[in-house]
Amino acid sequence: MATNEAIQAGLSARGDGSALVLTFSGSWILESDRPLARDFLQTKHDASSFEALHFEVDQLATWDTALLIFVRDACAWAEAAGIKYRFGDLPEGVRNMIRLSQAVPEMKHREQPEPPDFFTQVGEDAIRSYHGMDGYFSFIGQLTIDLFAFLRGKAQLRWKDFLFLLQSTGPKALLIVSLLSFLTGLIIAFIGVIQLQKFAADIYVADLVGLAVTRELGAVMAGVIMAGRTGAAFAAQIGSMQVNEEVDALTSFGISPMQFLVAPRVLALVLMMPLLCACADFVAILGGMVVAVAISDVSFVQYFNQVEQAVGLNDLLAGIFKSGVFGLIIAVAGCYRGLNCGRDATAVGQAATSAVVTSITWIVIADAIFAVSFHILGI
Amino acid sequence: MSGTKDMIKVEGLTMRYGDYTVMKSLDFNVRRGEVKVIMGGSGCGKSTLLKHLIGLERAAAGRITYGDDVFDPDGPSGEAIRRRFGVLFQGGALWSSMSVAENVALPLEEYTDLKPAEIREIVEFKLALVGLGGFGHRYPSELSGGMRKRAGLARAIALDPEILFFDEPSAGLDPLSSRRLDDLILELRDALGATVVVVTHELASIFAIADRALFLDVDTKTALCDANPHDLIDDPAVDVKVRQFLKRGETVSNVND
Ligand SMILES: Nc1ncnc2c1ncn2[C@@H]1O[C@H](COP(=O)(O)OP(=O)(O)OP(=O)(O)O)[C@@H](O)[C@H]1O
Ligand SMILES: [Mg+2]
Repeated sequence: MATNEAIQAGLSARGDGSALVLTFSGSWILESDRPLARDFLQTKHDASSFEALHFEVDQLATWDTALLIFVRDACAWAEAAGIKYRFGDLPEGVRNMIRLSQAVPEMKHREQPEPPDFFTQVGEDAIRSYHGMDGYFSFIGQLTIDLFAFLRGKAQLRWKDFLFLLQSTGPKALLIVSLLSFLTGLIIAFIGVIQLQKFAADIYVADLVGLAVTRELGAVMAGVIMAGRTGAAFAAQIGSMQVNEEVDALTSFGISPMQFLVAPRVLALVLMMPLLCACADFVAILGGMVVAVAISDVSFVQYFNQVEQAVGLNDLLAGIFKSGVFGLIIAVAGCYRGLNCGRDATAVGQAATSAVVTSITWIVIADAIFAVSFHILGI
Repeated sequence: MSGTKDMIKVEGLTMRYGDYTVMKSLDFNVRRGEVKVIMGGSGCGKSTLLKHLIGLERAAAGRITYGDDVFDPDGPSGEAIRRRFGVLFQGGALWSSMSVAENVALPLEEYTDLKPAEIREIVEFKLALVGLGGFGHRYPSELSGGMRKRAGLARAIALDPEILFFDEPSAGLDPLSSRRLDDLILELRDALGATVVVVTHELASIFAIADRALFLDVDTKTALCDANPHDLIDDPAVDVKVRQFLKRGETVSNVND
């Protein structure tokens, strides 16, 4: 019991003439069982019947923040009721700390506005999306101007950065793009061979793999991989520069972030994606060959002859052209999200996420548009 | 509580980043209930020393003792010692996804059984102590640099820790706020019995709060002195660099030839 008593906080209140006297005793520490000032004063005492609030201590053993928040609340209660308070024989530390906490008046913040109703919210979202589109268009417009400046050699940028970007979007991505394309080729050939064997048409697996990969999959695979790998990196990198006010610093020197950060990234990715795509095509066809040779009667030479017949130059170029456009989509989405990133760490995460989602969505949409228009144009 | 007078004892501490030596064989102690100022030119290794003291960096050599326990950041005792710390980082280091009030409340929620209403009151009180009463609902990205600093300070003192480490608490503050902060530091020591280690460049602060000041010198990579700044400033036995530092570079009497 003795230990229990030791961390008991004591509080008594009595009226002394026109003053309310609060007497503290025992241990006023956070671990102890003690009343909250608001409950104690509001429920038991009517401020209007007193003119002053006094504090006293009687055998106060120990105290910490617990006593401080009680006294502060009691003072606030007294002030709100318009009555005076006196610290009396409270320990000096308590008095000083309370005074420090009152030194700067509390900032009164405006009442939080009511959350808008459903229709207002939908309306506001619509307006915001509309302005979002606006932002994209002016971004793309500005980018076009800056790309021309870049091509005329008038852009402010560091060539070292550009070469570094070329390296990180090209050679450094080669391994992962090749690996995944090889596996894609393998998978298509595998499904194809099993189906085609039913008609003894094994050899056409070469057509299947060749066309699927060059027209569609090489570009799309490379696009999706680069969106996850490089698009997210662009958004996160520019986003954290935004957080650290590095972008503001560029602007303050009159260096356009568009020219310095965005244009080289866009150009690097647009240059490198076709190369990655060509490589992906080749490796995927190789992957198909491995399966064809392994599980059907098609020989190495037959396979390549068949691919050569099936795939025309226009198929190859169509895929490679598309990949360049995908590169543009990825770089623009990444840089746009990065530049419009908020000012904290969470915002950087959101920027990276939405860069990937936006670019993959637009890659698929663009691919659909290409499919239709190539058909109409007869390519 | 142990009987030793020293709260922190540093013996032969050598700090290194890669093969760049920041300081070598530092020896000093921090007494219980003392305000210890660490001063020195920019880049001399003050923040680095603080990071070693709180176990974020590993010492290249030497050891750090808290009370009677050798501080081994990776060992089982390290966690218990860390619980006694409150740290203010040079950049504030607020968690940006949480509001200021949530930042201060988090340690209270993690390490105490207090009711939410009480936690709210403690948070309000700590914020009022650093002059940020009413700013609890703001997010760190909506604060000025000095306000972030003070919010970080409120978070550091949330749990009434025994040992406080402040990295330039008054940088970016106006003279009045800075003065109040000095009062707060002294009060934390006097009222709550905290031991405080402060990195600061501000001369007014140094003279106002320091019981003893440790001067780190970038040229010799050692501590030049460790004493009350009032005694250092006019003592001809003290290295000229220290006296010049304390007098903002004004020529000091009997400069060495
Ligand atoms: N992570 C790091 N890697 C390598 N070197 C570092 C690292 N952090 C700091 N340094 C170097 O260590 C030295 C000391 O740095 P520190 O941050 O401790 O300085 P400081 O005394 O706190 O300076 P200031 O007063 O400007 O804050 C500096 O020379 C710095 O360049
Ligand atoms: Mg520092």
